Amino acid sequence: MTEKIGVYVCHCGTNIAGTVDVKGVAEWAAEHLKHRGVVIGREYKFMCSSLGQELVENDIKELGLTRVIVAACSPHLHEKTFRTACKNAGLNPYLCEMVSIREQVSWVHTDKVAATEKSKAVISGGVERVLHNEALEPIRVPIHADTLVVGGGIAGIQAALEIADAGYHVCLVEREPSIGGHMAQFDKTFPTLDCAACILTPKMVEIGSHPNITLLTWSEVEKVDGFVGNFTATIRKKASYVNTDSCTGCGICWEKCPKKVVDDVFEAGLGVRKAIYRPFAQAVPKYPVMDVENCTYFKNGKCKACQLFCPTEPNSINFEQKDEILEVQAGNIILATGYDLFDTTRIPQYGYGKLPNVFTSIEFERMCNAAGPTEGKVVLRDMKTTPKSVVVVHCVGSRDENYNKYCSSICCMQSLKFAHLVMERTGAEVYNCYIDIRTPAKDYEEFYKRVLEEGGHFIRGKVAEITDAARLPEEEGKLIVQVEDTLIGKQRRIPVDMVILSAGIEPRQDAKEVGKLFGIACGASGWYTEKHPKLDPVATMTEGIYIAGCVQGPKDIPASVAQGAAAAARVLGKIQQGVIALEPIKASINETQCSGCRICNGLCPFNAISFIEDDKVSSINPALCQGCGTCVAACPAGAISGTGFSDAQIIAQIDGLLLRNLEEARV
Amino acid sequence: MTAKPKFAMYWAASCGGCEIAVLNTHEKILDVDANFDVVFWPVAMDAKYKDVEAMEDGSILLTLFNGSIRNDENERLAKLLRQKSKLLVAFGSCACEGCIPGLANLSPVGDIVHTAFNTITTDNPHGIYPRTSFDVPEGELHIPTLAKVVRPLEQVVDVDYFMPGCPPESHQIAAVIDLVIKVVKGEAELPPKGATIGVGDSTVCDECPRARNVKLIKEFTRIQDIAPVDPTLCILEQGVPCNGPATRSGCNARCPQAGAQCIGCYGPAEGVMDYGARLITAFASVVDATTPEEIDRILDGIPDPTGQVYRFNLAGSLLKANREAWIKG
Repeated sequence: MTEKIGVYVCHCGTNIAGTVDVKGVAEWAAEHLKHRGVVIGREYKFMCSSLGQELVENDIKELGLTRVIVAACSPHLHEKTFRTACKNAGLNPYLCEMVSIREQVSWVHTDKVAATEKSKAVISGGVERVLHNEALEPIRVPIHADTLVVGGGIAGIQAALEIADAGYHVCLVEREPSIGGHMAQFDKTFPTLDCAACILTPKMVEIGSHPNITLLTWSEVEKVDGFVGNFTATIRKKASYVNTDSCTGCGICWEKCPKKVVDDVFEAGLGVRKAIYRPFAQAVPKYPVMDVENCTYFKNGKCKACQLFCPTEPNSINFEQKDEILEVQAGNIILATGYDLFDTTRIPQYGYGKLPNVFTSIEFERMCNAAGPTEGKVVLRDMKTTPKSVVVVHCVGSRDENYNKYCSSICCMQSLKFAHLVMERTGAEVYNCYIDIRTPAKDYEEFYKRVLEEGGHFIRGKVAEITDAARLPEEEGKLIVQVEDTLIGKQRRIPVDMVILSAGIEPRQDAKEVGKLFGIACGASGWYTEKHPKLDPVATMTEGIYIAGCVQGPKDIPASVAQGAAAAARVLGKIQQGVIALEPIKASINETQCSGCRICNGLCPFNAISFIEDDKVSSINPALCQGCGTCVAACPAGAISGTGFSDAQIIAQIDGLLLRNLEEARV
Repeated sequence: MTAKPKFAMYWAASCGGCEIAVLNTHEKILDVDANFDVVFWPVAMDAKYKDVEAMEDGSILLTLFNGSIRNDENERLAKLLRQKSKLLVAFGSCACEGCIPGLANLSPVGDIVHTAFNTITTDNPHGIYPRTSFDVPEGELHIPTLAKVVRPLEQVVDVDYFMPGCPPESHQIAAVIDLVIKVVKGEAELPPKGATIGVGDSTVCDECPRARNVKLIKEFTRIQDIAPVDPTLCILEQGVPCNGPATRSGCNARCPQAGAQCIGCYGPAEGVMDYGARLITAFASVVDATTPEEIDRILDGIPDPTGQVYRFNLAGSLLKANREAWIKG
């Protein structure tokens, strides 16, 4: 055996040492794997500390180690740490392997003896594997300085502005006709009660006019190719049937359009718009879009009122417009596609959709908005009667085993805001039915206190039912909210005029498909998974793809803005580097063994495989290959091999795991 | 006495096709006789096991061993011939990787015997089952005992060379005979021990003249269910699962050239560790579907996946290490 292997076993405080006999494992490796090249087995309290790393570095220098095994946490956490340590000591970093005895051993076992034996096996596998490792050099590629931001809500807006202000070009893609997202629908924002439009629209205008921002609204990303530094996104810009070069956004077209449509999106069904429309007055961009499903001309072949009355020269209405397919190059991508509101009809006992005066939170937001369907008046469904009593139901669809188990995080504060607004605008009695009041951020608890002082009633209990079936004379004509007040231990029936369901928030319905498009994963609740829940909340497991705002999990406006800015900072950091060192983990084709069956040709997610017609063999472009292994698995001839994951390495590791390498096993 | 080197050929659990393939070398067989002293070849000449036992260890230069190890007699002869031979060649698919007899490993031995002696096609009114020993006035008679599993030769004894094929192609056999003769005469050198001989270095696709494109398969079909088969286009692209992409070259793509899919008798190509796993991932990779239901529907077009991808290789597959565990027989 010509290789000299050092084995380093980490205690990780008590994380590993609490379940594994770390010292015994290190001694075992030095003794029983000696014939496989192990020359030293050490243990240390925290291998990742600088002292721990020094142990490795010194041994490389003094003992002339040629391979290193670190048995500690998952390689996700510290592979880079130890590979860098090896590099600093003059050993090629790819000759260092980590084996996980924390996530895969101590954290998942309680039997100390068995866990210790398993640690030995895992190390033995690592030793056999590392013997087959090759010295590799990272591949350096330039980073495209443009950024693609997907989603024009407040998180996406913030991210785009940060990057654009730093002097780099951003392409912002939004599915709806205008940017602004959910925030544009709100009237007031908690806890300061700033006018949402007043603080949002300046940013929207800035996006619209920023020289470094290309804004693509009414557009969707259909395909993403490439990898960090070199993404190519294929974007469908849906036909708006409006020529934005000549349109001035004067509004005559939608004024003249004879077709009224209930606006289910922006006005949450409370208001109407026309078939050609701009969702709201401060929309950015200012141009309208045509709703072809409802347009009389598209349905019946006549009308064209909008075109007839369009005052611009040339006419801005173009019924022949087609969807455009655009290709956008970007070095990094930020996904800020937001959330969907919980569909309150899923809880039939709350009566939404059947009982007219049960409202959703977004309906109430629109009602409060001065530019909304009631011009800011809080009224019942008849659009004129002012309620005298209102119940706000918290946690609708959240913290509920039947719907979403998680806390939607914003509903407590939104409900308190609703209570305040109802009292302010109607003087009605307001009851908040809550499970717990959660006000953990700055000035939130103070706002809760303010609403209490204003006379808001609070009932601690989950609402069982909302009905119009009266039992008592005073319940006649009212909505009766049945709730157990758990603080006094009594069932209560509260007759009121209006109920507001403070609906929770959910991942976008298409979050999974969109995630697939960008190569990122969703967690169990459907929110996108961040690279690290605490230490890397805006990065994802896919290099170059960042997430910001509610796509990562429920959060309020300040947190979304912070994430937008954080994602922008990460992207700017990448752009500043200019080049990026890519892992040299690549697939390659053995041309002798390849018979050009072409099974791999259509599989590469990065389009790295081409077929060389003259030689009748397939070939992989190493700059495009991301080492995902799809083609390696697919090649029926076994002609494709992945660096660092060769058959020889895997089989050796399995043999090691099964302790077939021990001298005792050979007799 | 002749000074010619000694030659033996034996059949264990096999069909006899390998012997016919040897005879199909036509006049080349005369070269065998001219250059070798044929000392043991049960299918061609009378010989007793005790004659082999009496030979000196290592005295046979070349033994072509065909057939897999199904029973204790096969195993005894494999060990005996290993002991007596300088070069032991696993000859043909059965000896190399288990072949069709290896598919018996999908069933416990008891079930196999029961099926053979007790099904509707077997007239066995008295329920008579074979016994491995039987007392007669002259003494005790024995027939070989079935092993729990079928094994390729390599899992029983050390093998020098592997020559796959069901059966090996006669032109390849002739080439190997020529080579050994040259080695005997000192005109050539033997390939490294453990080599696969009488084969090409890539896959059947390499020898297949059919046109190939990027594959997107919407439906798998049996070849008898498509008409007509396009004579110039890759058979897999026509939706027929063809094992050519994972199968070692050497047969000149005989089946695809004749209009049928490759069934894989030449065994795994050089880089292939587990033949069936390679093939099924390859087939799955070219399924053109967007929903799980569609994927299921398309893959259901392969009616017998094990028979499709492990027809020749089951006993020699990567699964061999724990076969005893998954066959409770």
